[in-house]
Amino acid sequence: MELDNTDRSILNVIQTGFPVDPHPYAVIGQQVGLTEEEAFNRVMNMKNGGVIRRIGASYDSRGLHFSSTLCSMKVPPEKMDAAVKAINKYYEVTHNYERNHAYNLWFTLIAESKERIQQILDEISAETGINGIRNMPAVKKFKIKVDFKFKEKQENEDEE
Amino acid sequence: MNPEITELDKKIMKRLQDSIPSSLRPYKEIADDAGVGEDEVIRRINLYKEKKWIRRFGATLRHQKAGFKFNGMGVWKVPNPDDRQRLGEEMAAFHEVSHCYERPSYEDWPYNLFTMIHGESQRECEEVARRISEKTGLKEYTMLYSSREFKKSSMKYFP
Repeated sequence: MELDNTDRSILNVIQTGFPVDPHPYAVIGQQVGLTEEEAFNRVMNMKNGGVIRRIGASYDSRGLHFSSTLCSMKVPPEKMDAAVKAINKYYEVTHNYERNHAYNLWFTLIAESKERIQQILDEISAETGINGIRNMPAVKKFKIKVDFKFKEKQENEDEE
Repeated sequence: MNPEITELDKKIMKRLQDSIPSSLRPYKEIADDAGVGEDEVIRRINLYKEKKWIRRFGATLRHQKAGFKFNGMGVWKVPNPDDRQRLGEEMAAFHEVSHCYERPSYEDWPYNLFTMIHGESQRECEEVARRISEKTGLKEYTMLYSSREFKKSSMKYFP
């Protein structure tokens, strides 16, 4: 999709902050020299054209008092498929990778409490028959980078 | 979950989690569905931002895949707890490091500082780790790479 300068101005405005106002598109239009209708149509075109993935909130897990952690486990090769299935079914599991170490499966968990995290880990142990899942919540965070140069998602940069 | 978050907040926040309605009056739609006034929804969204429950409220673009292609998890053994703050900060100062956390260590897992290191290749990541080792004086470390990605998703705080 081809963007002109007006489109780019709109993106600048709404990436920084989408107006929280009864007429948000009138506010956007005012800033870039368009009517409310025109601003709305351009935003919708960019959304339908795939330039804009979504317009919404990115939540802060700490602000919401959610708990997060990084977990690792030792999974024998013949149990890998079953373990992945048992882990991935939780929406609270956001990342899950195989890594080159005796602890060969690494996943991140974000949940509404520490108790919920423990419950999930207990269930995974029970279902897979693998004990000793390492639960390693951050003790201290020195850097949480929010930078598009890293190919990770823009969302949930603060995930473990 | 933060006990200040009410059932009404959950309803509203769930609507903001994906994408707001494609409407000239998106907040009125959310308000109508939640059975409250539009001004109430607007007041609450501003409150969420103020309380830092919302980190960012706006458009997310589908980015071109620019930037580093490769990443590795560097894990470092720092035996003395008093050194961790200083060394953690030193590691965080590398621009190739996106995340740097301290985590608990165990008998069979002696590493307590975790760094996500980015580069164009595995070799570049190894090189960054070598420079971090030089800078910090830490000799006991290892690099973990992902051989398979089984899941990568955004957290749904309000399912």
